[in-house]
Amino acid sequence: MTAAAPAARAPSAGGGGSAFGVLLRKELLESVRTFRLPIVAGLFLFTGLSSPVLARYLPEIIELAGGDQLGVLEIPTPTALDAVDQLVKNLAQFGALAAILLAMPLVSGEKDRGTAAFILTKPVTRRAFLLAKLVGLGVVLGASTVIAVIAGWIYTALLFEPLPVLGWLWLTFLVCLWLFAFAALTFAGSVVTGSTAAAAGIGFVALLGLGIVSAIPGLGKFTPGGLLGPATELAANTVSVGQLGTNLFYPIAATLVLIAAAIAVSAWSFGRQEL
Amino acid sequence: MTAAGDARAAGARVEIRDLTKRYGGANGVLALDGLELDVPAGSVFGLLGPNGAGKTTTLRLLVGLARPTRGSVVIDDGLIDPARPDRRRGIGVLDQEPRYYGWMRGRELVEMVGRLHGLSATVARQRAAEVLERVGLADAARRRVGGYSGGMRQRLGIAQALVDRPRLLVLDEPVSSLDPEGRRDVLALIAELRETATVIFSTHVLTDIERICDRVAILDRGQLVTEAPLDELLARYALPLYRLVPEPGEDAGLARLATALRTVPWVDRVDVDGVAMTVGVTDETTASRELLRAVVAAELRLASFERVRPDLEDVFLRLVGRRAEEPAA
Repeated sequence: MTAAAPAARAPSAGGGGSAFGVLLRKELLESVRTFRLPIVAGLFLFTGLSSPVLARYLPEIIELAGGDQLGVLEIPTPTALDAVDQLVKNLAQFGALAAILLAMPLVSGEKDRGTAAFILTKPVTRRAFLLAKLVGLGVVLGASTVIAVIAGWIYTALLFEPLPVLGWLWLTFLVCLWLFAFAALTFAGSVVTGSTAAAAGIGFVALLGLGIVSAIPGLGKFTPGGLLGPATELAANTVSVGQLGTNLFYPIAATLVLIAAAIAVSAWSFGRQEL
Repeated sequence: MTAAGDARAAGARVEIRDLTKRYGGANGVLALDGLELDVPAGSVFGLLGPNGAGKTTTLRLLVGLARPTRGSVVIDDGLIDPARPDRRRGIGVLDQEPRYYGWMRGRELVEMVGRLHGLSATVARQRAAEVLERVGLADAARRRVGGYSGGMRQRLGIAQALVDRPRLLVLDEPVSSLDPEGRRDVLALIAELRETATVIFSTHVLTDIERICDRVAILDRGQLVTEAPLDELLARYALPLYRLVPEPGEDAGLARLATALRTVPWVDRVDVDGVAMTVGVTDETTASRELLRAVVAAELRLASFERVRPDLEDVFLRLVGRRAEEPAA
């Protein structure tokens, strides 16, 4: 479309918020009305509650299940570190699945239904449309993670010992980063391919691929997988931020770069698409 | 300037130049080929054409959902530009099959659109109530859109398109899902809008165009066949028509007459629909003299014989039908 230079029509009854704000509100309302937020938050809450309980009572559970037949194998007495380790592992695995499932239809679904075209004939930039979706997704994952961490901290304190809150703030931040990485990669898949199934495939391949790469000695700390060890250690208060040094900085930087790259690819691709 | 003139100036003027859209690269499908149109401010402009004519492609290009392969659309000298989000205020759009967020309430959806157009929350709420009342959805405003019927969704689509009081309304088949009463109401609403907006709408229903349009463009196979004010189009292309209804059991005579008329130079077309025959003629003087002679020669007994007023359907069939007989460009 060509356009001459005259200034745009002045809003006749303006004072409205930004398109991003309006769309973000819509995303959050949608998360509540379609039960995405309550369901994910509920499942995360269960994870937060069950992880310390499982760590605390695992020896008894094994014994009740016939563990006396294991003979000489002695199960060590569980500690707060085991509770944290269990929580981080559960959040990492289950949370990544939730992130993929939440992100995969966000753009492809709206394109299929025609609602993306409906919104983008209004005075809305494509970036605002994408950003509102990403932030909405981030709020659902972030809020759910916070709920899981609070539940995990309380149960760890009750069943083991109270641990310093600062370490659990680090845990929250690092787990959120881990989840956002898979959410962003799946989201990019949803934007670029326009297919919910393909986006899911990209998310699961990323989960598997990054899992394999992070297991390679020396490479782990340059991947999102490198976030999980420090998250556990900081929450369990077995190490300080200063002691972790680059083992904390590198995975954070690598994950942020990965997220930024996924968002950039999404914005570039969506900007070129016809709806 | 008259009051009517002032009102007309409220709508946006649209200039379409060499608008071309090819899907799928250089060897892909040419959906629209060098369209040139001038849509005057304050007009109700109908885009008419058979399926695949390029109507929806034209509207998609007009609202910025697709990019032209070549050419341009200029709305009010660029004051409104669908390619630029900051200049999209002033356009109201209704999709052919409006599908919205099923979890939203009708009122919320229209308010959201108002907010996206930059209206304050209070103004958006007032306008939403106003337009929902106008399209007859006030009672359903609090219901979730997922429970709306197709006709209600179409009315909701019109409501959201009107919430910013647009100067240009682009409506793709705006009454296709409505029952006759709803169709009449919405067409009346569109006709009223010419006082504040320019309306461009596509349809394949010719009577809709005849009821409310000032100007008509007929598209076929991606090309503009003709464009003119409706009256001018009828005067220019509508041929005199005669309608002959035979007595029952006159099928053989009807067939004889049709065969005979198709060979004479003053007949443009002969349509037989089973119970009647419509004859379009190019020379009315000769036809008025010769047509009944031909009936007698075919030994056909008639129940009625009348000259009928040609309508847009006749123009459409004549123009598009003639092109259908030509090889594609």
